[in-house]
Amino acid sequence: MITLFVIQKMQAFAIAASILLFFFLLYLIRKKRIKEEFSLLWLFFGVVFIIFSTWRAGLDFVASLVGIAYPPAAMFLLFMLAFFFILIEFSTIISRLSDRNKNLTQEIGLLKMELRNIKTRFDKVYGEEEQKK
Amino acid sequence: MNTRVLIIIPAYNESSTISGLIRSLKSFNPDWEILVVNDGSTDNTGALAESTGLAGVVNLPYNLGIGASVQTGFKYAYEQDFDVALQFDGDGQHQVEEIEKLLEIVTKNEADVAIGSRFNKEHSGFKSQLLRRVGIKIFEYFSFVLIRQRITDHTSGFRAFNKRTIAFLKDNYPLDYPEPEVVILLGRNGFKMKETFTQMLERQGGISSISITKGPYYMIKVLLSMFMASIRSKQIKAKS
Repeated sequence: MITLFVIQKMQAFAIAASILLFFFLLYLIRKKRIKEEFSLLWLFFGVVFIIFSTWRAGLDFVASLVGIAYPPAAMFLLFMLAFFFILIEFSTIISRLSDRNKNLTQEIGLLKMELRNIKTRFDKVYGEEEQKK
Repeated sequence: MNTRVLIIIPAYNESSTISGLIRSLKSFNPDWEILVVNDGSTDNTGALAESTGLAGVVNLPYNLGIGASVQTGFKYAYEQDFDVALQFDGDGQHQVEEIEKLLEIVTKNEADVAIGSRFNKEHSGFKSQLLRRVGIKIFEYFSFVLIRQRITDHTSGFRAFNKRTIAFLKDNYPLDYPEPEVVILLGRNGFKMKETFTQMLERQGGISSISITKGPYYMIKVLLSMFMASIRSKQIKAKS
């Protein structure tokens, strides 16, 4: 009896937390604090958490598939997987950003040199015209 | 039409050597154009280079590292349609008189890339530490396995590149400790490289980017990136 109660309590907590997470994500996306393109994985795992915290039979099935004796532990496995995927996505995003950042820095360097050259040339021509007057 | 040559000098805190280097390059051959890529130096390298009035100077707003600096040079060379780009380190280790040797290989179409090597002759006179020599040998065998071209000096920063290579490297230059990886990248994408012996002097200024403590890290990092470059799909798109 007591074990059942504990599991139910834990399940209630899991459901509440999953739903809270999901709506928090929606809120952030609505406020444009997360861009849609980066939020897909988050939303996907938010939904997965809600499904498996409410649908106990489904969690049992997943647990038996991968040979986990204690089904709620499968929930932890899902958490871990979610974090891994999202962190890997972050790494790819960071790599892309730093690459773009590097390209922009190089362009700025080149543009500033060009601007300096144009300025010197302009000053030369303009200076000559001033003298003629 | 004359061959238009751009000398790319990546420079980080090279104020002691930079202006002398620019002057000796220009007096050796006034037709060469010089581009100093000042990689966020904390000293006045950029200002000194500009004050000579003989070189274009790109001041990167912060330190991007040697790879990105050299790549900046390639981007400029590509935009300005240079025929040959030559990488020449700013610390005074390379000799101006030997530039012709590298240029000749590229202009006579003997190879797409010419690499100045300190090891091609027995009496190179260049003494380096044992560990460094071992590391360099490992690169040699490793890269021969990967791309079947025999390159003895992977870490040399004295190289000339033809037009086709410039167009390729402006988009594909690796970032940190790039020299050995570039060899693999080019070999893998069908560029022909040729080495020629060049004297290498003790550095006159600046310090080596690879210290003893960083050595093992450097080896592992470079071998890994060489390997990754070799298994990466070919990046070349038909461009002439």
